[in-house]
Amino acid sequence: MKIINKMHTKILLICCSILIISGAAFASKKHLTMGMVLEPPHLDPTAGAAAAIDEIVYANVFEGLTRINQNAEVLPALAESWSISRNGLKYTFKLQKGVKFHDGSIFDSNDVVFSLNRARSEKSTNAQKSLFSSIKEVMAQGTNTVIVTLKNPTGNFLFNMGWGDAVIVDSSSANSNKSNPIGTGPFTFKRWVKGDRIELGENKSYWGQKPALKTATFKIIPDPAAAVAALMAGDADAFANFPAPEMASQFQSDSRFTVKVGSTEGETILSTNNKQKPFNDLRVRQAIAHALNSKEIIDGAMFGFGTPIGSHFAPHHAAYINLTGTYPHNINKAKKLLTEAGLPDGFSATLKLPPPSYARRGGEIVASQLRKVGIKLEIIPVEWAQWLDQVFKNKDFDLTIVSHTEPMDIGIYTRPKYYFQYQNPSFNSIIEELNVTSSTKKRYALMGAAQAILSKDAVNGFLFQLAKLGIWNKNVIGLWENSPVQANDLTGVSWKK
Amino acid sequence: MTIFLVKRFFVFVITLFVASLVIFFLLEILPGDPASIILGIGAQDDTLAALRLEMGLNLPAPERYYSWIKGILYGNFGKSYTYDIPVYSLIIERLSLSIPLALLAISLSTFLAIPLGVFAAANHKRIADTSIMGFSQLGLAVPNFWFAILLILFFSVKLGWFSAGGFAGWETGFGAGLKSLTLPAISLALPQAAILARVTRSAVLENMDKDYIRTARAKGLSKKAALWRHAVRNALIPVVTILGLQLSFLLAGTIIIENVFYLPGLGRLLFQSISQRDLVVVKNIVMLLAATVVTINFLVDIIYVIIDPRLRDNS
Amino acid sequence: MNYSILKNLWKQSLNNRSFLLGIVLSLIMILTGLISIFWTPFPVEIFDISHKLEGPSAKHWLGTDHFGRDMTSMLMAGAWNSMLVSLFAISLGAGIGIPLGVFAAGKSGWVEELVMRFNDFAFAFPALLTAVMISAIYGPGIINSVIAIGIFNIPVFARISRGSALVIYKLEFILAARISGKNEFQIAFEHILPNILSVLIIQSTIQFALGILAEAGLSYLGLGTQPPQPSWGKMLSEAQTMMFIAPQMAILPGIAIVLTVLGLNLLGDGLRDILDPRLRDKN
Repeated sequence: MKIINKMHTKILLICCSILIISGAAFASKKHLTMGMVLEPPHLDPTAGAAAAIDEIVYANVFEGLTRINQNAEVLPALAESWSISRNGLKYTFKLQKGVKFHDGSIFDSNDVVFSLNRARSEKSTNAQKSLFSSIKEVMAQGTNTVIVTLKNPTGNFLFNMGWGDAVIVDSSSANSNKSNPIGTGPFTFKRWVKGDRIELGENKSYWGQKPALKTATFKIIPDPAAAVAALMAGDADAFANFPAPEMASQFQSDSRFTVKVGSTEGETILSTNNKQKPFNDLRVRQAIAHALNSKEIIDGAMFGFGTPIGSHFAPHHAAYINLTGTYPHNINKAKKLLTEAGLPDGFSATLKLPPPSYARRGGEIVASQLRKVGIKLEIIPVEWAQWLDQVFKNKDFDLTIVSHTEPMDIGIYTRPKYYFQYQNPSFNSIIEELNVTSSTKKRYALMGAAQAILSKDAVNGFLFQLAKLGIWNKNVIGLWENSPVQANDLTGVSWKK
Repeated sequence: MTIFLVKRFFVFVITLFVASLVIFFLLEILPGDPASIILGIGAQDDTLAALRLEMGLNLPAPERYYSWIKGILYGNFGKSYTYDIPVYSLIIERLSLSIPLALLAISLSTFLAIPLGVFAAANHKRIADTSIMGFSQLGLAVPNFWFAILLILFFSVKLGWFSAGGFAGWETGFGAGLKSLTLPAISLALPQAAILARVTRSAVLENMDKDYIRTARAKGLSKKAALWRHAVRNALIPVVTILGLQLSFLLAGTIIIENVFYLPGLGRLLFQSISQRDLVVVKNIVMLLAATVVTINFLVDIIYVIIDPRLRDNS
Repeated sequence: MNYSILKNLWKQSLNNRSFLLGIVLSLIMILTGLISIFWTPFPVEIFDISHKLEGPSAKHWLGTDHFGRDMTSMLMAGAWNSMLVSLFAISLGAGIGIPLGVFAAGKSGWVEELVMRFNDFAFAFPALLTAVMISAIYGPGIINSVIAIGIFNIPVFARISRGSALVIYKLEFILAARISGKNEFQIAFEHILPNILSVLIIQSTIQFALGILAEAGLSYLGLGTQPPQPSWGKMLSEAQTMMFIAPQMAILPGIAIVLTVLGLNLLGDGLRDILDPRLRDKN
């Protein structure tokens, strides 16, 4: 200890008293401050795609018929139980009784009918409207039972109903949920200081088991440097998705913190325009696959956090098969394939990169790797607005890097108008079969076959599975290590002491 | 005088009108559909169409321009697409950071630069003058965002006195709010102070050369008295002009510093709104900034004429 | 100009410390930039991830960055990109601003009023605002930073050339030229421009320095020079999150900017002392 002069003592005293005051307020530690990088545009999960919305309200403020836990299992939520007809078309949900919305109105079967119909109606602004596309009819039977009839068997239906986009809302508050979300969850919305934080309060009349936490604050800290400072100073107790992998090492060596490297549903891929010359040539795509060095990309862009993938499938899923060896890193082979494709001197193309650092940094490394086999990439950074417009909607691109964070989204490769414009009838038939298969073993076999086809066809450059870098105070327990859906489920979180 | 004022006011209104047209036109040709940003990559075409209708994006351009201007005149700036709250309250919220930041920066630079400038002039060609001018030369060359990074490196990373960014918020206490604005204000103030010190010095020197000072000196006024009573007072006119210009530019200039320190200010709001295609917010902020500069220019012109009637004939 | 005036200027240059320091710094930077076109110690477009974030060594004099690129090479190539943007932006600003200013000075009345109002108008949009808008519309990039900085330079050059030209237009030899039958363009080119040239050169030097600062700022925000082209501003923005583990990455590009801008500003001041005798006594 160095000499402390009077001034310092004074400051110390003030600091201590602040600590005592704040300590008193949270003496029993019923409060959690969670840091997050992006501020949500609004708080209605049924009217926006932003992950930040779900990361605040999912399971905390809003609940759906079912819910997904951190192991991607479907659990009952507002539906206490369900039964499925033999042909897989009729789902009968039995609802929880005695559930109230935060504004005091009663939850019953009419709210379910309203919510599902609203999400699939013509005027719906639901970002994941396709989740509801297989629904033919939603009917209430009494106040506690809802029957959903499907157009065709949908293997994922219960999982789909667990998404944030499928939460149940009340007809009277549905239109104001963006700024004042009213749900049935254990936390109520208290306050939103724009640009700074969102506060959740306690739902005293919660129907289910009350969580250990009473209140929570989501603090928006977009800057990695500020995020480090906030954790160090205790301004934030946890970061479920820490923004800067390059700074993780200093937390790993600090005993005050827990660092958990979990998995996400984010397959980060070098999306390729399969209809664009020369990428329509399988050999060119294979050459790119051989030229890429996933390990180097993970090291350079993510500072080692991330898992290499060989196809469009999350490694933590039971049906995953390791296909990273399909096209191993081999520059000579890549050059040979390019020569066979009639491009011995390589070619030039564009690489459009959206803002996240995995894309911007990863893109620079990809460009440097492909240059070694003669493919010269012009890097074009784009905002999300332009990315959606140019790349996603108008397919005006050669290559781009993006992380597909929707869970179990291998089905996007069947969509004929999807932005990477891949078409393979034998792949489509596998997915069709998968959609009507309910036996788990058969489903996994089909998923394996689908992965293998995508890998062989080198549809996109499969780079890595985005890691979820969670850093939190070591006394916080129960936070999700993995994120099968975009959420910060606080219902199981508590303080050790 | 009245004719001049009316004429000048007319020009002022025309400039604002042209500015609003340019802003509106620029945003018209901005690529990217706000509706598809909000709904993301899973959205279906009919969903998008429904949202566009809700946002009024289907109306013809002249109609939208008219309703925008009408709204501004009635104090109604519209609603933000992304936040779904009135733009007016959004801007006011951000101004509660940006204006104090700009004021803090400008007062820091004023209190630092004007005494230094006068001091340098008083000690013309002596060591104090040379070293002050040397430092101001350095201040001009340091990019403010790099200076900010250095401040963070030293005061946040090394000493841990300040947090590396973010805004504590005024409701956590005035002191805490002020503390989070200290480093940003210092980094904004440095280049301003460098310019201001130079302007002050040369304005004072110029006045020291004037005949009336020589006369006063010849009549036995001490050098010090001549300096303070006449030279400094008269030098204040160009100094104040520069200050006015700096203040209006500071509002826009904070964009970059707000980015370094991740402050939820007006500049950052503008930056974010552009990437989220929240056009209602963008056009109103840009209009506000342009209007501020035009208004300050207008006021400076008016004040000039009031101070110095000779200029009236020229105009 | 005859020989004795040149000799006098030369003598003054040697005696002017600002000028000497300025020209030395500026020349170093310009030469570094020029050399980087032909040679850098390591290629800047090839990454060597296994050697990332290394400190200074005999191999990498100033260490490596987060992609394992050689910092010396990055700084050299960054010098060239900075100067290129600034140079083009000034050419754009001067190319439009000077004719506008001279024209406004020559023709008083509503033409002058119009030009000056346009000037006010252009001033109402700070360079950063213009750049943000332009990059939102056309995407970020070198050309857009040239345009944004260039637009900002137009009113600067218009104002200064109008101001200086007004003085010259009042002189008697212009009247003489008019009487001898020369038209406006001839007068502007043959009499006005040569006489305001020194003021313009001084201003250009200072605007060049400001341009380098502006380019760095735009690249820092991600609106300017794009990868794989190295730029000082972009290097600084990348360094910010690595500040805790590799502070040198945040310090070196800043020093490069400061030295360049300082050099150019000193050069401008020195030139003013030498070329503009009216101001000589004061500085």
